[in-house]
Amino acid sequence: MTNVVEMTGVVKRFGKVTALDGLDLTVAQGEVHGFLGPNGAGKSTTLRLLLGMLRSDGGSLQVLGLDPWRNVATLHRRLAYVPGDVALWPNLTGGEVIDLLGRLQGGQDPARRDDLLKMFDLDPTKKARAYSKGNRQKVALIAALATDAEVFLLDEPTSGLDPLMEDAFRGCVRELREQGRTVLLSSHILSEAEALSDRLSIIRAGKVVETGPLQQLRHLTRTSVTADVTTVPQGLELLTGVHDVVVAGQRISAQVEPSGLAPLMQALTAAGLHTLTSQPPTLEDLFLRHYGTNTTKAPAGAATSNPGHSNHG
Amino acid sequence: MGETLAGTGTLVRLGLRRDRWLLSLWILGFAAMAGSSASAGAGLFPDVASRIAAAETINATASMVALFGRVYDPTSLGALSMIKYTAFMTAVLAVLMVFVTIRHTRADEESGQLELLSGGRLGRNAPLAAALVISFGASLVLGLASGGALAATGLPAAGSFAFGLGWAATGMAFSAVAGLGAQLTTSARAATGLGVIVIAITYVLRAVGDLAQPGPSALSWLSPIGWNQQIRAYAGDNWWVLFLPLALCAALVPVTFFLRARRDLGAGLGEQRPGPAHGSLQGVWDLAVRLQFRMLAAWAVAVVLFGVVIGSLAGNVSQFLTSPNSQDLMKKLGGAQALTDAFMAAEIAIMGILAAAYGLGAVNHLRSEETAGHTEALLGTATTRARWATSHYVAALGGVALLMLLTGLSVGVGAGLALHDGSQVGRITLASLAQIPAAWVITSMALAIFGWAPRLTTAVWGLLVVFIALGEFGVLWNAPQWLMDLSPFQHSPLLPVGSGGVVSLVALIVTACVLAALGYAGWSRRDLTA
Repeated sequence: MTNVVEMTGVVKRFGKVTALDGLDLTVAQGEVHGFLGPNGAGKSTTLRLLLGMLRSDGGSLQVLGLDPWRNVATLHRRLAYVPGDVALWPNLTGGEVIDLLGRLQGGQDPARRDDLLKMFDLDPTKKARAYSKGNRQKVALIAALATDAEVFLLDEPTSGLDPLMEDAFRGCVRELREQGRTVLLSSHILSEAEALSDRLSIIRAGKVVETGPLQQLRHLTRTSVTADVTTVPQGLELLTGVHDVVVAGQRISAQVEPSGLAPLMQALTAAGLHTLTSQPPTLEDLFLRHYGTNTTKAPAGAATSNPGHSNHG
Repeated sequence: MGETLAGTGTLVRLGLRRDRWLLSLWILGFAAMAGSSASAGAGLFPDVASRIAAAETINATASMVALFGRVYDPTSLGALSMIKYTAFMTAVLAVLMVFVTIRHTRADEESGQLELLSGGRLGRNAPLAAALVISFGASLVLGLASGGALAATGLPAAGSFAFGLGWAATGMAFSAVAGLGAQLTTSARAATGLGVIVIAITYVLRAVGDLAQPGPSALSWLSPIGWNQQIRAYAGDNWWVLFLPLALCAALVPVTFFLRARRDLGAGLGEQRPGPAHGSLQGVWDLAVRLQFRMLAAWAVAVVLFGVVIGSLAGNVSQFLTSPNSQDLMKKLGGAQALTDAFMAAEIAIMGILAAAYGLGAVNHLRSEETAGHTEALLGTATTRARWATSHYVAALGGVALLMLLTGLSVGVGAGLALHDGSQVGRITLASLAQIPAAWVITSMALAIFGWAPRLTTAVWGLLVVFIALGEFGVLWNAPQWLMDLSPFQHSPLLPVGSGGVVSLVALIVTACVLAALGYAGWSRRDLTA
């Protein structure tokens, strides 16, 4: 399988600020690749570099085997882009913008355009200044999806869309994958990337810190276990691979690494186990581990027992 | 009232914080310019006889009267020294105040910044009130500082403050006009354009009024810029005239608040109509033309009106010169035809500068499209950077050329009718077209700045003002020749256009090409920025 996007050690600086600090990213042909990271991690910068809108300060990058800085026109005939922050000309209608972008792209399918308008429930006769954020997003999405590009670069494409429209969007992405097209989908919405992506890359502070299929990333992280027992055993938090133990009455909850599951189960069984719920790790957990952010899920002390990702596995 | 004005103070502080450099520089600049001109005048006209001679020459020269107005007391040093500042620089000041007012009203509304703020404890009228407080306050400070600077040079204090307060009141009047304009349009660009058109009309009104014999006619009294001249600082100090611009403010401001109360945030006065579901724009060229068309159409109408008025004055020019003194002067200058030509040449040169300003504004679409995020959407398609930049650049060049062609034709037809001489159309059009290359240099300069220093694109306006000032005041300031030669307008051939101008025209076109190439080079290697 060939790679559509190849980035090796890419550096991008804005003055003194280093936005990308040796970023490696590969997107294989025909896959939907989720590009996950919090705000300011460098997702949009990465996409703009891939579009030749920014110039890299180091490393190498190629899209479809071409240099995006030099071969803009050739490359862009084969790709479609939806910006993260869609700005439209206030005095043009949505329909006019879709047609303009389509023509600049090198042609779009009129039947497909009309289908998409229906699917996303967009009134193309409204002036862009009257559109809400979600509707502006739809204009850009329709313009991109109505083309027959090989590669789609989508920067947080569902921001502002309601759940119904998000669903329509997911349908479109699955369709693209069935047609063998490549999608690079940046997002901070975990469920979206989880539902759509074949592979994921996680970016933090300008570096890809983890990349691989979802299953592979999942097994690296912890399972969330909640159990009701007759007598609460002592020393659970001392077991290797068991973290964030919280005891509330007879209820115990903990975050468990794969290596800690067996010893924990033995201890819980011995303590008289009534009920047990275990949840597969969500991407939220991945984030928590990579960014070390505390939320209500993880007590304040968790940060100290939260080593860097290299210690896991 | 308290409910709708809540938060005005906060917004005023925010506005002053955002504009602290802009406003300080303009205020200092105007005060320094006034003061330096007054001291230069004292050196140039040391005695009463020299003043009378200079003042009579100005009053007898139609192009000077049309541009700057009359010296109402030939013996007054102040009236003579400040003649170029009474109408001309007042119009520049008015443009500044329109710009500042729109920046804090419609521009914030259009960009959505006001929506963000309106979520807070902010009354509906607060943004407009804050904008007016800022621009009224800036006008007043500018006027007082200039009055002080003038008085410091030794000119009579009363005249100095009459002059300064004249600037202040005129600045306020045009701030009020801009505030009203901001309620009518939905885009800041259109609102600014509206304000500039009003300034241009009032300028022409007073030009025509001042040219009447014995001037000024009622037309001058219809124009706020005319009022500023009729204060006659240092030549009688008609303080009561200051009430006219203030009365205009008092009339316009309530209407503005009334209109604001009738409309939604972000809306203009007209209602939103649905547009076409399918677009006919074929590409970036169509888009550039579509984005620039309205502005160009407005300019074209203004240019034709201005041109016909100026042209029709051609017959009057030599009639000014009735005194034996000026008859003598006329002979020295080459007879009636030469005087008429000098008048037309001066007016056409001004139109050339205005066309350059249009070209500059049109090229700056590149930057405003980039910061608005529109460029990102376009460059995400198969459009190349060069192609997109060319669309706006060439549309700007074409607009400049069209405006100068219209200038030539309208002035020519006006003059032809006034002088019963059809041959005027051809030679005046030729003279008008000869101004295009200099305007293209300015247009290309804007492209070069866009390529290399995109954040400085608005500073090109400052450069344009410097060039204009060098042309108008360079001699007065004793500026060295090389400095004055930096201005492209210095090299435009004037009426009657002979073959001698060809070399400088070619040089100007080459300069424009070099600047454009520089601009493309910069644009092709820089990041897209917001």
